[in-house]
Amino acid sequence: MNIYNLLVIAVRALQRNKLRAFLTMLGIIMGVASVIAMVAIGQGSKQSIQASLSNMGSNMITVSPSSNLNGGVRIAGSSFQTLTSKDIVALKAQAEYITGVSPAVTARGQAIYGAQNWPTSMSGVAPEYLDIRKLTLKDGIPFSDEEVQTSAKVCLIGQTVIDNLFPNENPIGKVIRFGNIPFQIIGILNPKGQNAFGQDQDDILIAPYTTVQKRILASIYYSNIYASAANETVTDAATKEITQILRDSHRLRSDEDNDFQVRTQAELISTLSSTSGLLTVLLTVIAGISLVIGGIGIMNIMYVSVTERTREIGLRMAIGARGKDILLQFLMEAVLISITGGVIGVLLGIVSCRLVTLILSWPTIISQGSVLLSFVVCALTGIFFGYYPAQKASRLDPIEALRYE
Amino acid sequence: MSKKILEIRELKREFIMGSETVRALKGISFEVQTGEFVTIMGSSGSGKTTLLNILGCLDKPSIGDYLLDGVDVKKLGRDELAALRNHKIGFVFQAYNLLPRTSALENVELPLLYNKGINAAERRERAIHALEAVKLADRSDHTPSQLSGGQQQRVAIARALVNEPVMILADEATGNLDSRTSYEIMALMQDLNVKQGKTIVFVTHEPDIAAFSSRTILLRDGMIQKDTPNANIKSAKETLAALPVSDDYLAHE
Repeated sequence: MNIYNLLVIAVRALQRNKLRAFLTMLGIIMGVASVIAMVAIGQGSKQSIQASLSNMGSNMITVSPSSNLNGGVRIAGSSFQTLTSKDIVALKAQAEYITGVSPAVTARGQAIYGAQNWPTSMSGVAPEYLDIRKLTLKDGIPFSDEEVQTSAKVCLIGQTVIDNLFPNENPIGKVIRFGNIPFQIIGILNPKGQNAFGQDQDDILIAPYTTVQKRILASIYYSNIYASAANETVTDAATKEITQILRDSHRLRSDEDNDFQVRTQAELISTLSSTSGLLTVLLTVIAGISLVIGGIGIMNIMYVSVTERTREIGLRMAIGARGKDILLQFLMEAVLISITGGVIGVLLGIVSCRLVTLILSWPTIISQGSVLLSFVVCALTGIFFGYYPAQKASRLDPIEALRYE
Repeated sequence: MSKKILEIRELKREFIMGSETVRALKGISFEVQTGEFVTIMGSSGSGKTTLLNILGCLDKPSIGDYLLDGVDVKKLGRDELAALRNHKIGFVFQAYNLLPRTSALENVELPLLYNKGINAAERRERAIHALEAVKLADRSDHTPSQLSGGQQQRVAIARALVNEPVMILADEATGNLDSRTSYEIMALMQDLNVKQGKTIVFVTHEPDIAAFSSRTILLRDGMIQKDTPNANIKSAKETLAALPVSDDYLAHE
């Protein structure tokens, strides 16, 4: 029997039992669709978890002055004044693994507006600082490079300060006094809440570092340098790079200790990688279960179908079908069902992902790998589970099959 | 014209059921020539069905020879038997055994799908031709559930004819039909036998059916009790004409 005849026989047999063919297919469709949807939803969640961990600043690198020996006495690092504008220039010019760099200086003092006052601190930074710390504005605009150059008296204000100074007013455009200097408020920061150590991250004013340095602190040194690595994975390389650039910039001899420290958000990074590892295991398990269930469904229905079609098999044998023809027919039916079901399953999986994103605004990422893998695995499962019933059918005795009721 | 289609010599068939040996056929011999219309009769338990299975190449004798169109069936394997059934035998069953929800045309095409040498166009042409032979060409797209019992059996006969077998083997082909429809089927069988020279072996237990054939073999307890030529063949058409109401098959004549 040639392949074309085989195809005709199998297609006609499937057409005759559309509902049963569809039910068999349903196992595959659901298997493929659920694997694609699960993996896509999982990947989407994984990426959004990673993104929110990144939002906490997991790729942030902090440089601070280091403690050093001074005549045998160790002195606290913060008293040291080693980080200067020269370092920023060097980092901006040479570093490859970092995407943003900002100096930082801090001044503590009393913020005053009208009859209200509030003790807070003012960070003097470059515009890049907002990106590095993942700070966003609820209202207003950030300050520009030009305002940094002109030491403009402008600032961004945190929620806690607003609550205390402007209980009933919109602070944008208002002028507050900090360290006897008037600052115009040009932007409001989105609240960030407390950090891991219970510090209020919204009790802050942010101004150009030049303004804070010149008008409040009268200093040319930075208390910190903040940088962001291009992503979490190159954080270590970025750390090494920054260390080398700063050593060169500070003209340290090879036997001298660093006069600065470079720190990363190691804890956040390890949380990030363990979370994504866990999610990957979870997804694999779910996908595996879906496929096994799909396969068992196919075998069930194929097996029942052989019993139900015993007379048909007997007839086919009586009019000249060999055992091999029957085997191939049932296998061909399984292949057609599996492939059709696989294609429908892929489409359904993609559509359901789109729906999940559309309706629940849950992020989904459909990877070509998962589509291909689930399709291939399901098709193979169908054929594998279809083989046993097909073989059973091919071994029927035509006399008994014809008399089967 | 006269050529041996079937030759059976000292045929025995035994089944082993547990510790007992059931001897269904105890040594029978006969020959069938081309163009004969043979009915095989016998009460239940006479070995009729066993003989039919052997004649249909679904089963093989325990002892003895069976030659179909000169081929010794005993020497063939399962697949060769299947090919032999496909090429040389046209089965007609009591329960029609048409594929449900499948058009008459596709049902008739079925044996040709298992015949390698026939392409799609030829398959279709031959199926239509076979349906014309049973006067059902206008029903070719009807499914079995849209056809009457007699029409279904005629589709089954078309299916038996389509591969141009040397012998049509009918197993109680009128058993499920009322007597009027039975006569219609017999009229069709007689047409095929007389006009087209088809060899027909018809297994039945109804004596009035046997009256339409040219020869009757009566089985009893696994032996041939009687093997008599029918000198006075009754015409099914005349029998039908004698019945009060006009019928479906002859209405086309």
